[in-house]
Amino acid sequence: MGQAITVTINGAKQTKDVEPTQLLVELLRDTLGLTGTHVGCDTSQCGACTVLVDGRATKSCTILAVQTDGAEVVTVEGLAKNGELHPVQRAFASEHALQCGFCTPGLLITAVDFLARNPTPTDSEIRHAIEGNLCRCTGYHNIVNAVRSAAEMMTTTAQPKVAAGVKR
Amino acid sequence: MITHPFTYRAPSTIEEAVAALGRSRDAKVIAGGHSLLPLMKLGLAQPDALVDLRRIASLRDIRAEADGTIVVGALATHRSIAEDRTIVSKLAALAEAAAAVGDPLVRARGTIGGSLAHADPAADEPAPVLAFDALIRAIGSKGKRDIRAGEYFKAAFETALAPDEIVAEIRFPAQTGRTGSAYVKFAHPASRFAVVGVAATVTLKGDGTVERAAIGVTGAADAPFRAAQAEKAITGTKGDAKAIAAAAAKAAEGITTLSDLVASSDYRRHLVTVYARRALERATQRAQG
Ligand SMILES: Cc1cc2nc3c(=O)[nH]c(=O)nc-3n(C[C@H](O)[C@H](O)[C@H](O)COP(=O)(O)OP(=O)(O)OC[C@H]3O[C@@H](n4cnc5c(N)ncnc54)[C@H](O)[C@@H]3O)c2cc1C
Ligand code: FES
Ligand code: FES
Repeated sequence: MGQAITVTINGAKQTKDVEPTQLLVELLRDTLGLTGTHVGCDTSQCGACTVLVDGRATKSCTILAVQTDGAEVVTVEGLAKNGELHPVQRAFASEHALQCGFCTPGLLITAVDFLARNPTPTDSEIRHAIEGNLCRCTGYHNIVNAVRSAAEMMTTTAQPKVAAGVKR
Repeated sequence: MITHPFTYRAPSTIEEAVAALGRSRDAKVIAGGHSLLPLMKLGLAQPDALVDLRRIASLRDIRAEADGTIVVGALATHRSIAEDRTIVSKLAALAEAAAAVGDPLVRARGTIGGSLAHADPAADEPAPVLAFDALIRAIGSKGKRDIRAGEYFKAAFETALAPDEIVAEIRFPAQTGRTGSAYVKFAHPASRFAVVGVAATVTLKGDGTVERAAIGVTGAADAPFRAAQAEKAITGTKGDAKAIAAAAAKAAEGITTLSDLVASSDYRRHLVTVYARRALERATQRAQG
């Protein structure tokens, strides 16, 4: 028995019929074709599936789609604005913060949430902030460099906001 | 993927939530979902109805009452607890335990009410809940009752809650006089759950001797417990390094410690004494201000 939910995804409000058993990541990938959000483990460990829910970085494999009724969801596809990559995306590219890229969408989202709350982090704060996101091939050093570099870019230039309403 | 079907509703009052729980035998509350959804994926939990508390906004509050009691709503996330100014200054051990849970993504969704209801023997927040002698306020079909932390944890994944009871809030009594607290944890290297975690609160008299101490231990046994022998041993002493070490050495007395792949029973027993010492040292320092 499906249930109707209204959810804003990457700025577009939509009403969808979902099964209670459906995870948010399944709605995003299987129903909406937003395959930028990856499933690494499906056991709440790896963070590859991280998306913003009402501004908070959330493992989308560990929240039901029905629980996002009325929420605002931003996936990696929603980070770029008018064809221009988000500073966090640019920083990941220029700092070589990815190899296979599997963990990258989740790390980008985690970094966006983190930098919104802590625009001038220390390296140690960055390392702790990405504890919920596993990368199995790049190593974390370049990822930390990228988050630091993004923080610098974002504090020196005014950036468009990713999520319209950030509820905390 | 979750295969077992269930109905879902998100009522906006706690009374409706209690009523919904009563309507089917296998109904379950969902809060942050960070223990329940992983279990449902594994088929280890198969509720036929989920009652989501997320629309009951009052359960999210953290507030201080006129008499100094600090009330933490069941839906307060680990993150909001770790970042709350009142908790950081008045209930440091609770803030430290919340900050030690899992990873930042888990902390942003998981709740203290969920942690207490789930009662994983390796969960962090039960340790400070015991050490602060908090009350767990539950609401069910028979009304409201307060359960003392010491009577709440029964065994691994077992509590004093009835099936139709919802944890509404956790009430931490006012911290009076020169009181300090701390939580320290030996984390599982992969899961970050507590192999052993110890919360201590220490209250000093005007002359600096220990008036009262309470020690909550998690991870070490089938259920979190108060280290009664160590508490007795530290009370009345000067709270110096020697007295703390002697008291901490008794922290696992009378307790059957767990043995598993990560740590043997003997090793856990040893960790309890080491972490009890560290928690007492830090709490005492903070009480001395
Ligand atoms: C990767 C990962 C790492 C983790 N690491 C740690 C760690 O290091 N330390 C730690 O302590 N925890 C850890 N956790 C668990 C986490 O703290 C959970 O948030 C917590 O145990 C459950 O809270 P929840 O709000 O997610 O509850 P849910 O998963 O929603 O519910 C858990 C259980 O409690 C019941 N329940 C929930 N709320 C209530 C309520 N108000 N009244 C009555 N019953 C209720 C539910 O019916 C269910 O049976 C980890 C989890 C994950 C996924
Ligand atoms: S796929 Fe969600 S945490 Fe790994
Ligand atoms: S870039 Fe391959 S897992 Fe991180």
